[in-house]
Amino acid sequence: MKYEAVIGLEVHVQVKTRSKMFTRVAAGYGHDENTLTDPVVLALPGVLPVMNKAALDAIIKAGLMLGCEIAPVCKWDRKNYFYPDSPKNYQISQYDQPICLGGNVEIEFPGSARNVMGEHKSIPLTRIHLEEDVGKLNHGALESLVDYNRAGTPLMEIVSEPAMHTADEAFAYLTSLRNSMIYGGISDCDMEKGQLRCDANISIRPVGETKLGTKVELKNLNSISFVRDGIAHEIARQIAVTESGGTIVQETRDYDGQTGASQSLRSKEMAHDYRYFPDPDLMPVKVDDAWKARILAECPEMPFEKQRRFFDQYQIPYTITSVLVPDRELSDYFEEAAKLSGKPQAAGNWIVNDLLREVGLAKVSLAESKIKPAHIAALVKLIDSGTVLNNAAKEIFIEMFSTGDLPDVIAERRGLKATPTDAGELEQWCRDSIAANAKALAEFKGGKESAINAFKGPVMKASKGRANPKLVDETLRKLLASL
Amino acid sequence: MSSELFYKPVTELSSLLESKKISSVELTAAVVARTKAVDTKVKAFNSFNETDALSQARASDERRAAGQARGPLDGIPVGIKDVISVAGQPLTASSKMLANFVSPYDATVTKKLKNAGAICWGRLNLDEFAMGSSTENSAFHTTCNPYDLERVPGGSSGGSAAAVAAGEAIVTLGSDTGGSIRQPAALCNVVGFKPTYGLVSRYGLIAFASSLDQIGPFSRSVEDAAITLSAIAGHDPLDSTSFKTDLPDYRAELTKRKGPWRLGIPKEYFGQGLDPEVAAAVEKAINYYEKLGCEVKNVSLPHTEYGVGVYYIIATAECSSNLARYDGIRYGHRSKDAKDIVDLYFKSRAEGFGPEVKRRIILGTYVLSSGYYDAYYLRAQKVRTLIRQDFLNAYKEVDAILTPTSPTPAFKRGAKADPLAMYLCDIYTIGVNLAGLPGISVPCGFSQTGLPIGLQIIGQPFQEAELLAIAQTYEKGHDWASKKPNL
Repeated sequence: MKYEAVIGLEVHVQVKTRSKMFTRVAAGYGHDENTLTDPVVLALPGVLPVMNKAALDAIIKAGLMLGCEIAPVCKWDRKNYFYPDSPKNYQISQYDQPICLGGNVEIEFPGSARNVMGEHKSIPLTRIHLEEDVGKLNHGALESLVDYNRAGTPLMEIVSEPAMHTADEAFAYLTSLRNSMIYGGISDCDMEKGQLRCDANISIRPVGETKLGTKVELKNLNSISFVRDGIAHEIARQIAVTESGGTIVQETRDYDGQTGASQSLRSKEMAHDYRYFPDPDLMPVKVDDAWKARILAECPEMPFEKQRRFFDQYQIPYTITSVLVPDRELSDYFEEAAKLSGKPQAAGNWIVNDLLREVGLAKVSLAESKIKPAHIAALVKLIDSGTVLNNAAKEIFIEMFSTGDLPDVIAERRGLKATPTDAGELEQWCRDSIAANAKALAEFKGGKESAINAFKGPVMKASKGRANPKLVDETLRKLLASL
Repeated sequence: MSSELFYKPVTELSSLLESKKISSVELTAAVVARTKAVDTKVKAFNSFNETDALSQARASDERRAAGQARGPLDGIPVGIKDVISVAGQPLTASSKMLANFVSPYDATVTKKLKNAGAICWGRLNLDEFAMGSSTENSAFHTTCNPYDLERVPGGSSGGSAAAVAAGEAIVTLGSDTGGSIRQPAALCNVVGFKPTYGLVSRYGLIAFASSLDQIGPFSRSVEDAAITLSAIAGHDPLDSTSFKTDLPDYRAELTKRKGPWRLGIPKEYFGQGLDPEVAAAVEKAINYYEKLGCEVKNVSLPHTEYGVGVYYIIATAECSSNLARYDGIRYGHRSKDAKDIVDLYFKSRAEGFGPEVKRRIILGTYVLSSGYYDAYYLRAQKVRTLIRQDFLNAYKEVDAILTPTSPTPAFKRGAKADPLAMYLCDIYTIGVNLAGLPGISVPCGFSQTGLPIGLQIIGQPFQEAELLAIAQTYEKGHDWASKKPNL
């Protein structure tokens, strides 16, 4: 029998705010244990939560970017359960009235090859709500210690509809969602730092069946590749169980990315009763149209919209946009270089091939790079005018990266400008080249246009690379026509 | 000066301090000495720190000497219920759970008292986590009613009421969730004032039931209550439920508001269970207002009978969640022989909490459970709205409502072993919390056996100034407060 998997993802994204969700102490990662705490974070007797408005701004932004409906009132509920990483033993969350409803995430499937754009699809969202993160347990041999630095960090939970069917699709969803959140400045989404975490609800059913099968919740998918591997593993497990005559039980399973195996954490019967009720310490907050309009003005263009615009506006290929677009900063960098140079394709090539390589080798960020869009534009113009030749430009680029000097300064200093060659000298090199390659000459005469390229190499070699390729081409054609 | 400094009201003491006839050190020393002399009998305090109090008093005297006195509370010893945080002092909630807990931060009211120059004096006993009406639920000891040591002072703020009555503090702070300020005030012959929900910050008050809790003062006079309220009221950015409103000078307002008022008498508050002596004393008070030209009208608060039921759903639901943090992990009592994390929770909480606290946590957990939420919690919230609406309807016709504070005078220790009988002590005070209204209890007489009786006056939301003026009008015509206990 053929099976179809049905997958829904619950993604937790830490919101990048200076302070925590319900108190003023700083939020952050990598600090000494229990230093990002205060009486509120530690839930000392008598403390009260006060909402961080910046976190609400951020989730409204996420909602508007993903096309959600924004609820007119932000209401808070308590989710009650005991666990040592939760200082109050309840989590302030949103239960029946999430701040964002509906919406969708546009995803791109892998193409047939790396340079081919894949199919696009829209994955519908159920809701997004805001809550507070918990602390971290460090288990030792004899005791477990708790670090509350993470506790109280604003956390969004983004819940998709069960609308995905393959591990690749889930992977594409997560990638797109992550890009969008980074685009919006909502989160850095560093999975290693736990800024983005993913749980998956997975079920299978025979192809053609419309009813949902029994779902299994897969937890601890804590890297983007574990998400793909874990889901693929779970789908295979469910099919194997079903095929061997077993039944899938509703449960929560823990995926171990290291071993590639999963094990049951708890069954449906062991599910918590969270005893949700409205938090009496927090007043509902009205989100009016003016508030939404203010946030809407801060929303960036979405990555895939940008890609479509790049195709239209700059006529650049997928191989370039697919590199540029996922990175908002790089896209902005490109646009500036494209505008300054007037040659989007050339600017794009320099950025995608050379700049990213140098930046990667030097382990610096784009912002730290000494090559600015103006440098790229200047270099493109020098090449276009024939002032520098391609090989020289490569050398100039590397020096530009280390010094930050403008390309014409470097070309001048290093004597890399193409010296205009004597017309007679060039013609002689061309004659020599044609004379030395009778086969190519015959082919060209026979109508094979591309055979002309065979004459160019020796000419360039004879000129020690200084000859202007445009002139070489013109001279060769003139000579060939006269033969 | 008089050896009875400890019995004087703030109004008189602040004049004495201002005119330098006494020093704060002198006053504080008198209060400390009085406490040492009588608290072995009254047992109002869980703990006090004489050295700390006297050093605060010296600081006050130095301020005054430098011409920087901060107002009427500067140099006045103010006792604080052991459920309100004072940095560096124990914060026990009269529970084994927090027996060794010292708070590292000040509650907002504590900060405000300090800013007003008050001497933060001692930690006052209460029913564990403010759950009870007699202080018998304190894990440490039961406070005695200064007017009859065999009897309870009421609760949960029994220590705060008894301390003012016995001269162990000039003013005290308590908290009121279902009557925990007004009822002990009535039983101890002092003024007890619960402000409108949201007027005084709850930051630093150990939460029992967040939507009902409110801090307020105990004092010897209505004017002292007004002075203390001015010091502690006001919007607090650390409490989202605190209200942004302009604050009048409550003391100054007292002289500006003269009535006559329209006063409502709700028949539902004068029914079965009301002690005849209490009924008679309250009737007399009502007649007094009438004689002064006030219009007295019968009003109806038809949902009153549901008050106790609604209260014990909402309050227990909230407390079951609020008290979850006491788990033995970060602070507080931790069981020594737990095998694993679940065992640690069970044993620490089983050992740390007393029976009444456990009873309410269990009840609250039940009413919030999946499948019961709609039937209990949600429905209780709806009835709560109706109860509030009852009051607001009544206020279309009257300016304030008069009722007994407590159905009976102080009862003997152990007399109400049945929890339900104890819950009925708050039958006249609970509605005020459910509706979020201000309420005050003022002394209005004594039983034949010499037990104090209190008159409750219920005001309109945020109309504290009017309510205090109405209360003071009664107080001016009577001298119940001058009858001190024999200790």
